Amino acid sequence: MASRGIKDRVAIVGMGCTPFGEHWDKGAEDLLVDAATDAYKSAGVGPDQVDAYWLGTMGSGVSGLMLSEALKLDYKPVTRLENMCATGSEAMRNAAYAVASGAYDLVMAIGVEKLKDSGYSGLTGSRPPSDGTDSSMTAPATFSLLAPAYAKKYGVDEATLKQVLARIAWKNHKNGAKNPKAQFRKEVSMEKICQSPSVAGMLGVFDCSGVSDGSAAAVLCRAEDAHKYTDHPIYLKALAFAAGPAEGYFSQDYDFTTFPEVVASSTDAYKQAGVTNPREQISMAEVHDCFTPTELVLMEDMGFSPRGHAWKDEQDGRFDLEGAQPVNPDGGLKSFGHPIGASGLRMMYEMWLQLRGEAGARQIKNPKLGLTHNLGGAPGRCVSFVSIVGNSLG
Amino acid sequence: MAGITRWGSYLPYNRLERAALGAGKGERTVASYDEDSVSMAVEAARDTVRGGAEIETLVFATTSPPYAEKLNAATIAAALDLPRTVRALELGSSTRMGLGALLAGADTAAAGGRALVIASDVVIGAPGGARESGGGDGAAAFVTGPDSEAVARFVGRASATTEILDVWRLPSDPFAKQWEERFGAETLGPIAVDTATRALKSAGIGPADLKAVVLDGTNARAAAFVPEALRLKPEQLADGLLGSVGRTGAAHVGLVLARVLDRANAGDKILVLCVADGCDALVLEVTPKIASARPVHAVDRWLGSKRGALPYNTYLKWRGILPFEPPRRPEPERPAAPPMKRADHWKYAFVGSRCEACNTGHLPPQRVCVKCAAVDQMREERFADTSCKVATYTLDYLAYTLQPPVVAAIVDYDGGGRLSCELTDVDPKEVKIGNELEMTFRRLYTGQGVHNYFWKARPKR
Repeated sequence: MASRGIKDRVAIVGMGCTPFGEHWDKGAEDLLVDAATDAYKSAGVGPDQVDAYWLGTMGSGVSGLMLSEALKLDYKPVTRLENMCATGSEAMRNAAYAVASGAYDLVMAIGVEKLKDSGYSGLTGSRPPSDGTDSSMTAPATFSLLAPAYAKKYGVDEATLKQVLARIAWKNHKNGAKNPKAQFRKEVSMEKICQSPSVAGMLGVFDCSGVSDGSAAAVLCRAEDAHKYTDHPIYLKALAFAAGPAEGYFSQDYDFTTFPEVVASSTDAYKQAGVTNPREQISMAEVHDCFTPTELVLMEDMGFSPRGHAWKDEQDGRFDLEGAQPVNPDGGLKSFGHPIGASGLRMMYEMWLQLRGEAGARQIKNPKLGLTHNLGGAPGRCVSFVSIVGNSLG
Repeated sequence: MAGITRWGSYLPYNRLERAALGAGKGERTVASYDEDSVSMAVEAARDTVRGGAEIETLVFATTSPPYAEKLNAATIAAALDLPRTVRALELGSSTRMGLGALLAGADTAAAGGRALVIASDVVIGAPGGARESGGGDGAAAFVTGPDSEAVARFVGRASATTEILDVWRLPSDPFAKQWEERFGAETLGPIAVDTATRALKSAGIGPADLKAVVLDGTNARAAAFVPEALRLKPEQLADGLLGSVGRTGAAHVGLVLARVLDRANAGDKILVLCVADGCDALVLEVTPKIASARPVHAVDRWLGSKRGALPYNTYLKWRGILPFEPPRRPEPERPAAPPMKRADHWKYAFVGSRCEACNTGHLPPQRVCVKCAAVDQMREERFADTSCKVATYTLDYLAYTLQPPVVAAIVDYDGGGRLSCELTDVDPKEVKIGNELEMTFRRLYTGQGVHNYFWKARPKR
């Protein structure tokens, strides 16, 4: 099996990101125009200079036409793609391979989602005509299965685990409070988090990421061309993706304490980037904290914490902004919000700011390697994306 | 000659106390929000056809058909995995058709065939009325066959059909009406007596020979003419289950008969009578084969397995009598015909697959094995009667349901296989990992005017 990677061959030279939140006054097309305009400006280019586009959206539009019509593009190629909540990263991954191939010189990956027009609580999906037998579990329900499984396997009593999960939400809200583009910009007390109404299993409202609207975009080129656009590009060291066989939903061996897809994609990413000790070598990460127990389990699946130890690391503040290995410095899905098509690119946006020293109140000291992780689906049946980026070659 | 060869019954889990209705003592059975006359029919009949049965005719009787026009019996046949060549008869319009169905089953058996007869009803009435508090939900099932296999032989019968405005309901009306009972009793009472007398004569026995008498009908006063006229003793009258269950419409005469058979002995003679728009009467004689045919799920077992004190407004919500505030979630979409047909063995009969190369069970059935990746090397396997347990679960407060929260479980099957599945007939506070479960056939929801049937799991009853 070959996954050779394109380490240091592709650079991001411009990024844009709209504030995420309830944008009653903006449609999906408006958000696309805003994010694209910011990205063009950031790279110091106009639309004419971008050769091809990758548009990620789960359910806010179909076809590349959605973007070409909004931006009035000059007959450029636009690929529309979707990979559930990993859509934004998927857009970036494909754009990167295209520019690395030499077929195009300057490309844009852009993601958007408009979730607040439906009037429904929580995520809803539209499915093709079915036989009516599919599992009807909501997203919070599927992820809530992680918590009691983790508690049981590692001998953590459920009251302590509830505190750990609350602390993850607390941390991410604290970071979001420092972020002018986040959906929720107030710190939230542990007490308020623990007392929030139940949504599924051990999860309350504050254990769940926000439903919101937003868009984010990245401009990419081959590494050797980066200097044409910026003095401070960031370089892609790894792009990895794993789509699982849904083993967790068929095999009695799956115990809901891990995402094999995350293990597979992060292992591949580390190999591509030459990372041998993620706990020491990954300076900071944006991970898919759709629900608080997800972030907990991801720390172990990605090797930031040894198995059974992430809960202690979270309690000890290892992953706080001021900690040894900050996770979700921009507030994460939790407080930045989760417009599905945009999230993966929003994660990269924070890495972009951090690696260029532009993260303001959230700035991490001298970050070397950043990691973004983006997941779609449910524990036992999901897709997982991991990227590794840095601000220098080698 | 012919007879009943097997029998079964079903009572739903929930009970509504009559005190909550201001309507006296006792309780009535209430079908869950995910049950209807078809799903209950399947539950009543499962034990009777376990192990495969050579059923040639399926007779289904109900006055609460889930579809007014679409063969409900076909859904039942699919869920019971009956032979594709089965003949189906569907009877309705009067609660007497439960016994009418059994008589039709008797005719089939007398002609040398085997019939599965099921009667099932969900009974509602105008809020505050006698039909609501006196009604019940339930089902009964009988297999008819040759004399040589009979546990109770058909030894006599008689019928009468009478035009009378006693109970009536237009298709467009939700609740049935009844003319004052005293009027109905005056006409139907003597008809009941006459029919009973003719039935006993055709069996060559007298009232004193009867061990048990099942008396059912739309008009209690009319039915009461019979014990008086035949000078029956109180101990001859079978418990009509009106206090603990309520009258279960077309299913009731069969339900009371099933309970009689649950405790009957060889040689017992039974008179079964149903008075409605006339009268049907059937005389049975129990054979020694009865001892080895008693179903595991006897009526009393269903009676004892219950959750009491259902709130009245929950009952009204479940039956759609009051339009409650919907949640901010999308209305369910109708399932599509082609996918349902392709998956009909899975969807209705709960048939998954097992890999012949490595023996791994798959629910739903797959073409590619999740363990060894073998392609198209699967054999069908029916998991409907396979023991299973809770591997893990969660309480989902966000999902739309008429009984929040949804208890969503990962269910593991003995011998391999796993399914993400809803639990029903369960108290969310009592669910534990490792709980033993059994599968049950349910109506998940109705989307855009189409019923969606499938299976859920419940704690063993």
